[in-house]
Amino acid sequence: MLTIIEEAGSAGDSGPCPQVELIGIAKNFGPVSALRDVSFSAAQGRVHALLGENGAGKTTLMRILYGLTAPDSGLVRVGGVPVSITSPRIARAHGIGMVNQHFALVGPMSVAENLLLTHVGNGIISLPRARSHVIELSETYGLDVEPDALVEDLPVGGRQRVEILKALSHGCSTLVLDEPTAVLAPADITSLFALIRQLCADRQLAVIFISHKMKEVLEISDEVSVLRQGTIVSSQANEDLDIHRLTRLMVGDDNRTLEVLTGAVSGEVNPGSEQTAAPHVAVLEVSDLVVTREGNNVVDRVTLTVHSGEIVGVAGVTGNGQTEMVAALLGVVEPTSGTIRMVGTDIIGTGVRGRRSAGLAGVSEDRHSQIVGALTVAENLALSDPGRLSTGHVLSRGAMTRAAGVSIDEFRIKGRANQAAGTLSGGNMQKVLLARMFAASPRVVVIAQPTRGLDVASTAQIRSELRERAAAGTGILLFSEDLDEVFALADRIVVLFRGRIIGEVAGATATAANVGRLMAGIS
Amino acid sequence: MRLALRERQPPWLTFALAGIAIVITYAITAGLIRWAGANPVSAFQLMLTSPLSSSFGIGEVILSATPILFTGLAVALAFKAGFWNIGAEGQFLIGAMMATLVGLNSESLPGWVAIPCMLIAAALGGALWGFVPALLRVKFGIDEVVTTLLLNPVAALVVAGMLNGPLRNPETHFPESARLPDHTDMPTLIPDTRIHLGFGLAVVLLLITWFIVARTPIGLQLRAVGSNIKAARSSGVNVTRILFGAALSSAAIAGVAGGVEVSAVSHQLSNGISPGFGYTGIIVATLAALTFPGVLAVALLFGDLTVGAFTASRILNIPSTVGEVVQAVLMVTVVSVLVFRKYRIVFRRGERTW
Amino acid sequence: MVSTFFEILGATFRISTPLIFSASGNLISERAGILNLGIEGTMYVGAFVGIAVAAASGSLWVGLAAAIASGIVAGLIMSFLSVTLGVNQHVAGLGITLALIAMSNTANRILFTEDGGQLRVEPWSPILTDLGPPFEQYWLTYAAFLLVLPAVWLLLNRTGLGLKIRAVGENPEAADAAGVRVSLIRYAAVTSGAALMAVGGAFITLAFLGSFTIDIIAGRGWVALALVIFGRWRVGGMLIGALVFSFVYALQNRLRLIPEFAEIPYEILLALPYVAVIIGLMITGRKMRYPGAYLKSYRRS
Repeated sequence: MLTIIEEAGSAGDSGPCPQVELIGIAKNFGPVSALRDVSFSAAQGRVHALLGENGAGKTTLMRILYGLTAPDSGLVRVGGVPVSITSPRIARAHGIGMVNQHFALVGPMSVAENLLLTHVGNGIISLPRARSHVIELSETYGLDVEPDALVEDLPVGGRQRVEILKALSHGCSTLVLDEPTAVLAPADITSLFALIRQLCADRQLAVIFISHKMKEVLEISDEVSVLRQGTIVSSQANEDLDIHRLTRLMVGDDNRTLEVLTGAVSGEVNPGSEQTAAPHVAVLEVSDLVVTREGNNVVDRVTLTVHSGEIVGVAGVTGNGQTEMVAALLGVVEPTSGTIRMVGTDIIGTGVRGRRSAGLAGVSEDRHSQIVGALTVAENLALSDPGRLSTGHVLSRGAMTRAAGVSIDEFRIKGRANQAAGTLSGGNMQKVLLARMFAASPRVVVIAQPTRGLDVASTAQIRSELRERAAAGTGILLFSEDLDEVFALADRIVVLFRGRIIGEVAGATATAANVGRLMAGIS
Repeated sequence: MRLALRERQPPWLTFALAGIAIVITYAITAGLIRWAGANPVSAFQLMLTSPLSSSFGIGEVILSATPILFTGLAVALAFKAGFWNIGAEGQFLIGAMMATLVGLNSESLPGWVAIPCMLIAAALGGALWGFVPALLRVKFGIDEVVTTLLLNPVAALVVAGMLNGPLRNPETHFPESARLPDHTDMPTLIPDTRIHLGFGLAVVLLLITWFIVARTPIGLQLRAVGSNIKAARSSGVNVTRILFGAALSSAAIAGVAGGVEVSAVSHQLSNGISPGFGYTGIIVATLAALTFPGVLAVALLFGDLTVGAFTASRILNIPSTVGEVVQAVLMVTVVSVLVFRKYRIVFRRGERTW
Repeated sequence: MVSTFFEILGATFRISTPLIFSASGNLISERAGILNLGIEGTMYVGAFVGIAVAAASGSLWVGLAAAIASGIVAGLIMSFLSVTLGVNQHVAGLGITLALIAMSNTANRILFTEDGGQLRVEPWSPILTDLGPPFEQYWLTYAAFLLVLPAVWLLLNRTGLGLKIRAVGENPEAADAAGVRVSLIRYAAVTSGAALMAVGGAFITLAFLGSFTIDIIAGRGWVALALVIFGRWRVGGMLIGALVFSFVYALQNRLRLIPEFAEIPYEILLALPYVAVIIGLMITGRKMRYPGAYLKSYRRS
């Protein structure tokens, strides 16, 4: 079951030979052209980054390499030999291992069972043998995993290690990492990069690092290819690149988007925060909030305050209680105990509608769980308060369309009022949700992962919208796993760790280091 | 075989696909008809057209369509809210039973009071039968498919038990109830036909439901719950209330169907009072794609098929259950074939499609 | 008193046999993520085809084989609809149930319009009659308890195939990425499950009754469905549920003989087992954890 990776000694010294090559790949989804004539290659022992914004086509390209999707045209070569990869099994047979952005792990099963799944036939299995196999592998590659732990109980970093181990366990010669740092804390990112370098050096792996984060790409890669709207616009060695050139390559020139991509990390201050005048009134006061799930306090006595005109960023690695806290704040689920006060009045128990009337509205992290795809844009916008747009007990179509038109203009939503909401792009769906949120003229908004998976233009637009609203007096509680985003927007940063606020940092003095320490649980 | 999304949907596609479904249904049913010793073409001709050849026949079609118009409406309403009410059969039976109980004890009431009382009792009976599955769904998240299904045989047993006991006909001693007093007979809607007010009631209920679902705030919320329950919840919709309301309304309508059948057609309760109206209602709702005008159209079509099947069975000496075969097979073929509206078949050389 | 208890015990095992077969079949299917509402129709067609072919061929074994074949066909149709085409599983399954029942009833009538008689065969007799109840059972009952149940448990928990089935039912994307042939596994699970369901139906006509009547399955398919949920998708829980249902059923048969209960129409008592299952669902119902991919079709784009 354990395959020894062949040493790459014998190739001539004419430079690192390409381990895997993609040539002339094209892929269409219905009328949409996702990839056009894409070519790039990754060499043994080198890290080749594929950089592109969300929606550029990176994941599609990797799914083709891994056999999950078939290209409409083009060629793939492994070790110089043309191959036809029609399933993940065949991809693995050619030494290609992939670590997904959304981990392909079966939650209720253990680490050992998940690894076994990729190797097993149909006959009798032995769990003790599976267990020892995992231990063997983790020692070989220096990756620390617990064979009997249920995957769903593991933290994000742990799950990623399992995924990497799974990919390596097949005798991998090309390792593809799809947005591996999207959900990691700074400490985890550091260990991941160390691991990548070790795998390249010791095992001569070709590593393909897919990301939209320029800083990390520049840090870890040897070569960078930039993918923009389905085509490769550049492919060169890392030495000649810098952030500004890369940005131009990724999205073309645009000052707004430049700021989004370069972000503000160590030391740079949220441009808006200096303008915030002296203390505004506290509009949202959360005290001792507790949410219990299956006997555990996933939100464990959280206390925080949001003032008018202030953006409070809640940083933290996924799985530390953010989802439950947002649900409790918004009223989708009522908390187990604690109080949530809006300008003095406790709004616990009033549900989503009650909170909206009290002035607290929000958007949680998964837009597909908040937009009803089969209903129109106008209907989705009206859904939170349909009574407002009716006469008597009958919906007024005219009023709904007019209201939708206002929101569409205000938020520059690319869509029609009577269009099915499910046909909108991710960015436009997000704008619909924002429009609905702000339609209630809230005093405080709670917003989670507002720009996850969105292209740069939408990201920039949404961030500036939030800043404008804050400047106009709305209090904003922002939950984001993207540290760059938190740094870009927040006046104050609190860090959530295991359901508790473990520390707070002022926006002006926040750095990846001090916030990263808090995210790792060190207070 | 693999499927891929179509680039575009030509307008003639839906009709072509519907045609294919009809052809496949014909082929499968024709086999059975031939085995029974009859010519499939004549059988289908009789089934589809013979009822429409006389005004009496058309009256019979409407009569036959009435109970499944009710149950189709009930099921469509529930399905639209995302509540999989497969228990319309049991709700129908309990409704029929409640109507019988009221009707048998209504001597002191004039007809125009007795009949509404019967129907209200029927509605309450149906709603009661839908209550437990609805409760289990909203409280414990238990799939209502199983609970509504299980209550169907229970309803049949309850009715059988009552007919064996308290409701047993004192004169004939058969497991059937006594004949209900004449004043409980549902008046006719169109003279010289058997079309009764129940049909009018069904159409009125259909229109009201259609209006509520399409044009009111509650209807909008109901459609949201049926389409994406998480999204509805996060938008502030009171999902529990909507599900409960939809489930109980649906069950009540199915109950009324039973009450109407007792009052208008059978005038007594017996074990065979429903030849599967509740299940046929599911087929009706599905083929109507959960649209309310569609429910009316399909119910009439099925009424035509049922009456025609009886005619065909008499003339050609084939089992009348052939009509049921057509209905069920049509449902399966139509839903299968309609997949190809959005998707097309893809064959790739050398590709393992598993 | 003791002999009555043994009789009731014996009846319990007998009555639970069709449930064990069909619930096991449904369990495999649901573990792979497919809810097969065709179960009632599949049992029905298994019962009908079993006895029709047995009567025609003169051999119960041939009849059983034919019943299994009909189950496989029903399973393939359900798989095609729900796995390949991605049709809504509730609709596909119900359509299949209604179609199979209507077709079986039609075929039944075609075969017997002249005779006006019922399909009859000389059914299997119980074995081990010398030992008396509860050991005096049909061979199919022994097969259900001693073969099918342990085999299903072993399959799901101790084989690679079972691991794949469970993975497919929890997270088909992950299983696909792991190299599991999701569609093939689902086809296999649904089809083998349907074969078991058909045997459950055939038991009633080929062993229990020796004849076929309309509504012969009487909702037992739905009971089998409920038992799987009651058992939280585990073989053990499902077995307990089947035994509870059958015990109450066997009990009410005997209760009727007691004077106090003679007044109650037997149908009301017959409803008790179904009610027991519903109450059972209410008890185990809290914090139910459905297989992750339950009812979701999977399509690799």
